[in-house]
Amino acid sequence: MRTLFEPKDSAVARELAQKVIKLADRCKEKTGVTPAFMEVCGSHTMALARSGIKLILQDHVRLLSGPGCPVCVTDQKQIDAMIEVAEAQNRIVCTFGDMMRVPGSKRSLLSAKTEGRDVRIVYSPLDAVRIAQENPDREVVFLGVGFETTVPVLAAALQLAELKQVENFSMWATTKLVQPVLRTLLSVKKVKIHGFLLPGHVSIVLGEQAYQFLADEFHMPGVITGFETVEMLSGIYKLLQMVLNDQPAILNNYKSVVRPDGNPIAQKIMNEFFTPCDETWRGMGMIPQSGLDIRDQYSHLNAKKKFNVTVGEPKKTLCRCGDMICGLATPDECILFGKACTPIHPVGPCMVSDEGSCSAYYAYMRKEG
Amino acid sequence: MCVGVPAKVIEKNEFTALVDVLGTKMEVGILFVPDVEIGEYVIVHAGQGMSIIDQTFAQASIEEWEKMARADII
Amino acid sequence: MDRKVTLAHGDGGELAHKLIQQIFVSAFGNQSESRFDATFLSLSSGKIAVTTDSFVVNPLFFPGGDIGKIAVSGTINDLSVAGAVPYCLTVGFIIEEGFPLADLRKVVKSLAVEAEKAGVQVVAGDTKVVEKGGADGLYINTTGIGLQREESTIDPSRIASGDAVLISGPIGDHGIAILAARGELGLMTDLESDCAPLNHMIDAVILGGVDVKMMRDPTRGGVATTLVELAEDFDAIIELEEEKLPIRDQVRGASDLLGFDPLYLANEGKVLFIVSESDRQKTLELLHQFPEGRDAAVIGRVTGKGVGQLLLETPLGSKRRLHRLSGMMLPRIC
Repeated sequence: MRTLFEPKDSAVARELAQKVIKLADRCKEKTGVTPAFMEVCGSHTMALARSGIKLILQDHVRLLSGPGCPVCVTDQKQIDAMIEVAEAQNRIVCTFGDMMRVPGSKRSLLSAKTEGRDVRIVYSPLDAVRIAQENPDREVVFLGVGFETTVPVLAAALQLAELKQVENFSMWATTKLVQPVLRTLLSVKKVKIHGFLLPGHVSIVLGEQAYQFLADEFHMPGVITGFETVEMLSGIYKLLQMVLNDQPAILNNYKSVVRPDGNPIAQKIMNEFFTPCDETWRGMGMIPQSGLDIRDQYSHLNAKKKFNVTVGEPKKTLCRCGDMICGLATPDECILFGKACTPIHPVGPCMVSDEGSCSAYYAYMRKEG
Repeated sequence: MCVGVPAKVIEKNEFTALVDVLGTKMEVGILFVPDVEIGEYVIVHAGQGMSIIDQTFAQASIEEWEKMARADII
Repeated sequence: MDRKVTLAHGDGGELAHKLIQQIFVSAFGNQSESRFDATFLSLSSGKIAVTTDSFVVNPLFFPGGDIGKIAVSGTINDLSVAGAVPYCLTVGFIIEEGFPLADLRKVVKSLAVEAEKAGVQVVAGDTKVVEKGGADGLYINTTGIGLQREESTIDPSRIASGDAVLISGPIGDHGIAILAARGELGLMTDLESDCAPLNHMIDAVILGGVDVKMMRDPTRGGVATTLVELAEDFDAIIELEEEKLPIRDQVRGASDLLGFDPLYLANEGKVLFIVSESDRQKTLELLHQFPEGRDAAVIGRVTGKGVGQLLLETPLGSKRRLHRLSGMMLPRIC
């Protein structure tokens, strides 16, 4: 299966890495600075670290982790609220495995489970609807986070619940959109990068056209990329070429999977159930129209409307997850990293999710300890 | 951002399909890829097929990367 | 006999007597019910090795084994990798009220079969029944006694630069087989758990004259966690080559789907060897003669001494550091 995307011979990857290094050094000669790219997607962060690309390129290309780990960008208050949802009696809370260890102000879903709450990990949100059908006398809430790849799947679960009239099912959705946050990074946060490695699987839904504004308005190149070693290396190679020639464009390096107009069926069902809303991003603040919420006509499926959950303001920590996801700091620059904040006792969400920049750095890049 | 895995469709029903990932099988939804045929590959995310893999492009990409790896950088 | 275990089965009376006679004594064969409160063993002089382990597994029956098989192989393997020849076992059962007797019989039988395969006797046993809800079906504790092998060359202080690191077969089978058997995440696979007693295979390597410096069985936490601990305990720098790790396709496929790393998946029938460089080929040949060792491979080497660490050379040629498993692995979509 992997051979679908990868040359059988790993020598290709090694040679490609050498070509990338050469090209990067030429870039630096020409511009005087080390080329810096942001991988928007958390799965890229992890794959770049796991494959060894980050290590092999570290003196030649700066790879900054972006805001594309859904767990990491979820506002602390939302996480507190989701854990609060799980606290009520006679309730089954279902979520993705990613959410279990995220620390709220006081506890995590995992600790709620340890204390006897019925918290279940599902692989598909649709399984949560089935669990609701099997337990008609209990309220089942699915805690949904995600970007555009996941939102259509959340919508599919809502559609199933609607179709089968599963009245004891609802969803607490905190979703995020890629385009508004990229715009914010460039125009508000003034992130200093030379291009974007664009998320392959979000692009399945959005299509390649979604990023044209980067080149047109911000003179910023971008390459839509898959997750295998050669795919990522060739994506970086293409970014370097565009920087060298000063010809920013949006290229699709994942054509076997990403179509120019995305997946219209997924877009349609997403729009049927969700509507844009203002969203607060952890460490970045509120970004207008940067998330999706369940449409009013389906408020009976919206756990935020169905249950009365109030949480206080979360307390501040020294955690720099917010800077991390803007590419303004690397994990080792955070005073908590590897000391007060580790994967077993995470302070911030970037340490919890495997694809969080701190967790990936801890697992794959950390030298000492 | 999102784990997505290439999986081969080996059985197809109305709304679901049985897929195979290197010998491990799983039932996934095909709501977003209703036209997928048995023998084709889909990218699976959170239990749903999200995109049908175009094998012509997949092959072309591999050739492009091999060429890229061999190219001279002046 | 009733079809379910009741509290009366644990009260030491008539039912308890019947349970012991009909299930345990009949399975463990030759020994009559002990007339003493303890068993006497006659051991040859020399050092003895003792190890104990408790087994909780969900589900109790899974492709490739059951809790009985694991309870034997886990303890046998712990003795064997320490360089001891397993001699005998004791077994303790904690049974939840209502547990089907047929299942108990199956578990006990499988335990007896594995013990016989491994060539060890079960010399003492105990049964307790707890109230419904007080346990999850069945828990087993086994204690193993072994005799230190005179031929044993095990001495981790001799680990040196150049030593080869071998694994006796593909990694992660048990972890994925159990996950699939739970049926919660929709995984379907014909993969079987690798759980098996490995003492005969390990015997063959040691009696074959291989200069074995260290052995470990990579159970919970997987190959990576086990080797990190070994590297740290004995101040060795160990490098693995990613491309040489034997991993079955089904394990790769399931790991891809759930976002797992096979290096951290549990094994119940694998052993890691550190042997001197000149013996790597001989070790492989000896292992390959056993069904459990058919896919044995050299996966890395010791590259130095000093502050212990485990490195993984990726196909790209860069070397990244591996750490212990942090927390448990949870399936992820992101």
